[in-house]
Amino acid sequence: MAEAMKMRATMDGSVADVKVLIQHPMDTGLMKDKKTDKLIPAFFINQVVATLNGKTVLEAQWGVGIAQNPFLGFRIKGAKPGDKIGINAVDNLGTKYDGEVVVA
Amino acid sequence: MNQLRRAFLKNAGAVGSVAIAIAAGLLKPGAAFAAAWNSLAFTAKELTDAAKNAGYGGATESSDIQIKAPDIAENGAVVPVSATSNIPGTTSMAIFVEKNPAPLIAIFEFSNGIEPNISTRIKMAKTSLVRVSVQAGGKNYTNSREVKVTIGGCGG
Repeated sequence: MAEAMKMRATMDGSVADVKVLIQHPMDTGLMKDKKTDKLIPAFFINQVVATLNGKTVLEAQWGVGIAQNPFLGFRIKGAKPGDKIGINAVDNLGTKYDGEVVVA
Repeated sequence: MNQLRRAFLKNAGAVGSVAIAIAAGLLKPGAAFAAAWNSLAFTAKELTDAAKNAGYGGATESSDIQIKAPDIAENGAVVPVSATSNIPGTTSMAIFVEKNPAPLIAIFEFSNGIEPNISTRIKMAKTSLVRVSVQAGGKNYTNSREVKVTIGGCGG
């Protein structure tokens, strides 16, 4: 589901500045559907792994408190232009979201 | 004949055990998510329980953790927060919102040269302290910053 994810990685000195945007409702399970008055079940991305050239640099666990269409920014020291940065995410229903970007 | 049978049994055994390993969640196809999701910490309703279950209990206050967030957030559904740890040897970071129904927002574990610096957008139910805790050198450190919220973003 690469279309659900946008990524950008640019060099900032010797550090790669990575920005990731994933389309996801991030439903908390606490909100009611206004039409049916029923609770919308929790539906959220709960694990995200970032890799640099296949090597894990960041492992994240998320709760329902991450905002809708999650944004994640991080900085990798020692990355070079041409390096590949990958993102693997999964939500609480097991749907996977993958993305890859080359450092510019 | 005997040899063939032996090879067949050996192969069947190998394939079988891989299938069992996948079924048991030992070998996940595709991305490997090392740690299991910490449901105990993420469903805790009090900050102290969430912090303890996430492994950030008993943290020392430290101004070496910098938190960037707006002083006033008009919309609690989307509050930009970024945090940097200047404590040497920082291996992980957790973000909490004290007055959210579930205070633990996220846990980040750093490895292989990534800087202990995270930017994200969080939900805030109401005006609250945003707390960022880190683990460094076997110790826990924490810092906080108040964000005033005019419209809550947690269905409250």
